[in-house]
Amino acid sequence: MEENKFEPRIVAFVCNWCTYTGADLAGTSRLKQLPNARLIRVPCTGRIDPIFLIKAFESGADGVLVSGCHPGDCHYNSGNFHARRRWMFFKELLEFVGIDEKRVHFSWVSASEGKKWVDIVDGVIETVRAEGPFNEYEQINKKNMIPIE
Amino acid sequence: MAQLVETAKELLKSGKVSYIIGYTAHGDNGTKPFIARTEADAEKLVFNHHCVNNLSVYINKADIPENGNIGIIAKGCDIRTITMLVQENQIKREHIYIIGVNCNGQVKDIGMNWEKENVAQKCALCEVRTPALYDVLVGDLEDFEKPEPTTMQLIQQIEAMTPKERWAYWQEQFDKCIKCYACRQACPLCYCDQCIVDKNEPQWIETSPTSRGNLSWNIIRALHQSGRCVGCGECSRVCPMGIPIGILNVKMNMISMRDFGFKPGMNINESTLVGSYNFTEKENFIR
Repeated sequence: MEENKFEPRIVAFVCNWCTYTGADLAGTSRLKQLPNARLIRVPCTGRIDPIFLIKAFESGADGVLVSGCHPGDCHYNSGNFHARRRWMFFKELLEFVGIDEKRVHFSWVSASEGKKWVDIVDGVIETVRAEGPFNEYEQINKKNMIPIE
Repeated sequence: MAQLVETAKELLKSGKVSYIIGYTAHGDNGTKPFIARTEADAEKLVFNHHCVNNLSVYINKADIPENGNIGIIAKGCDIRTITMLVQENQIKREHIYIIGVNCNGQVKDIGMNWEKENVAQKCALCEVRTPALYDVLVGDLEDFEKPEPTTMQLIQQIEAMTPKERWAYWQEQFDKCIKCYACRQACPLCYCDQCIVDKNEPQWIETSPTSRGNLSWNIIRALHQSGRCVGCGECSRVCPMGIPIGILNVKMNMISMRDFGFKPGMNINESTLVGSYNFTEKENFIR
């Protein structure tokens, strides 16, 4: 492996009922996927407070992926509908303050879509890899520090 | 405004309201918020071009008196926030007696002279000079010179930038933030008992005014207002560091208008935007 090659860190917030199970299926089906995404399992996409995504960027994530049940498939009936509206604002807000849209991704992956999950994860990782590291947010406080001579 | 004073006196006399939140003269040409409890107090109520405060911030569901209701003197933009508070079940409509005022423009900040360059930005594109909702309406509409919509121009400038430039622009702005939370306190729709920045287990947002904490706070504040902010402009006005935080809210409102044709606080019978959903709506950003 090449030395110092940039490996993106992706934080994926996935819903317990669809996408997590879909990712599980990808595993049991022995589908190959890139290892850069860290999955965080939440009960429902409606549970994903946008502050989670902010916290991920604060902690040095290069990209974020949010995934849940297809509309109409929510285990709790309406969680993903509420989430969809929230993301619509959130995505544009992040763009407006200067976080590139290529770092924030959303998808619907059902429990049977192991292949789709693999495609999406690989796609997100490659998109973020092309964008390069995103440590402006994590290291934002350092820019004001006075260097010691 | 004799009509306003007369109306207030009558309301207090009849016992329809137990007090009236309004404005009284303060300083050379300013006003300050004022609560009139007696008819003698009502004499002191005024309404003019200097009534900048959004008084609906003083309405709190914990303060609803047991006997009688709250009277409030409100401009069109303030009444939109009252509508939002009712929609979000913070107050009951029947507990609030709204004295709507035909608004002829407001100055940017308390104590400014009434001149064209001092007219508040929100007045440039105002559609509610005659309020959409009221129990009694006082005052007459008069024409006034509207200011240039510089807020919209600034948003267009920022939109035209590259993500890196936008990042740099907002960094410069948010670095000024001293985390005084005046924006939160002045906002009638920031009514959470415990704000997310006050939570410390886990601590989601850094409480000290560091660049990172400032950015996170301002993003989250704007997001919590999205689809709800009525654009009264109090947050920008009270910001002691002069950060144009209000334009984040205006930008979010542009999205709710574009995607849903929704304007917060215009119709009391509508449900709130983020509290409702459609089965089919824009999702071209979701794969």
